[in-house]
Amino acid sequence: MNRLLIITFLVPVSAFSAGLLVISLLFPHVALAADNDFELVIRNHKFQPSEITVPSGQKFKIRIENQDDTPEEFESHELNREKVIAANGTAILYIGPLDAGRYPFFGEFNKETAQGVIIAQ
Amino acid sequence: MFATAIIVFREVLEAAIIVGILAAATRSIPGSKRWLVAGLLAGLIGSGFVAAFTDVIGEFASGIGQELFNAIVLSLAVLMLAWHNIWMSSHGAALAASAKSLGKDISNGSIGCSALLVVVGLAVLREGSETVLFLYGIAASESSDQSSMLLGGLVGLLAGVAVGYTIFAGLLRIPMRWFFATTGVLVLLLAAGMASQTAHYLIQADLLPSLAAPLWDSSSFLPENGLPGMLLHSLIGYDSRPAGMQLVFYVTALIVIVTGMKWVGGQHRPSRVAN
Repeated sequence: MNRLLIITFLVPVSAFSAGLLVISLLFPHVALAADNDFELVIRNHKFQPSEITVPSGQKFKIRIENQDDTPEEFESHELNREKVIAANGTAILYIGPLDAGRYPFFGEFNKETAQGVIIAQ
Repeated sequence: MFATAIIVFREVLEAAIIVGILAAATRSIPGSKRWLVAGLLAGLIGSGFVAAFTDVIGEFASGIGQELFNAIVLSLAVLMLAWHNIWMSSHGAALAASAKSLGKDISNGSIGCSALLVVVGLAVLREGSETVLFLYGIAASESSDQSSMLLGGLVGLLAGVAVGYTIFAGLLRIPMRWFFATTGVLVLLLAAGMASQTAHYLIQADLLPSLAAPLWDSSSFLPENGLPGMLLHSLIGYDSRPAGMQLVFYVTALIVIVTGMKWVGGQHRPSRVAN
């Protein structure tokens, strides 16, 4: 009986970690160019700037700084991204590569005011 | 108030669906109610801590701590669900046959049970912490409609719990001979959906390539922020704009768990007859 428990536990664990390992070895982490870094500030439940233009077809990084005393959640259905930023905290978000187009985002906790858009071109 | 209710509903729904399915799946295992309550309480307390330490978690690993945290919690849940299903494939028949003839299996029942209730705790922890943060934000703000927003939060919470309970009660109506097959499939799909979400967080943290992003876009006819989309997201891991890597994780989880179930189930059935 103990053997069964060990086997049933080990099989998925080892398969899962082996899968993760293989994937991470096959696709080494690609360093990002510095000019693909963008900054976003949350102040008074608004994004500044509310519009960011990024190059299409490239991965990019956004550093979001929340200057409010309440947490915020960056969310975008179009970008398939969702991330909580603590009160007075910062967060890093990796996005893309994107096709050319408009990708709206919003702050889920303050949807009326916290609105913005990423434009890929 | 309405907006608040929807946000809280969304967060609670996912955990409530998981809890509803797992509560049904473990109902014939002795002591499962105690484990369930323990899992819920641990998850609720934990979500308070996670919410309080959001800034610490978020700034860990140069800004991708939140993604790592979610990926670890989700992959732990996948492992526990996989273990439960594989374990059930050799014990399910005995549990279904009669609760009295369980004999030796009773002591092992709590082991299979504890795995699932770790999942309950993890689900509540993950979804609960965002709800706590959101409600904290409302409570901390000085807006005039504060009380109506908190009331909305309560409405959302109750609506989410109601959906979870409906799923639980609905599953209990399934005849016994179909019951374990049904909950088995539901748990399998939950696990695959969580594996896909794990991939999503690792992509967001730039630790995995997306392969294709998005692989498809079905948001125009089945949006994830609509009720059907939300339900499907929680039940089977539906994503309206998934990355290719998410599908790889989803299918891999399905294949590994089903293979494990077949292998262990096939191996132990003859010896059970011999006993």
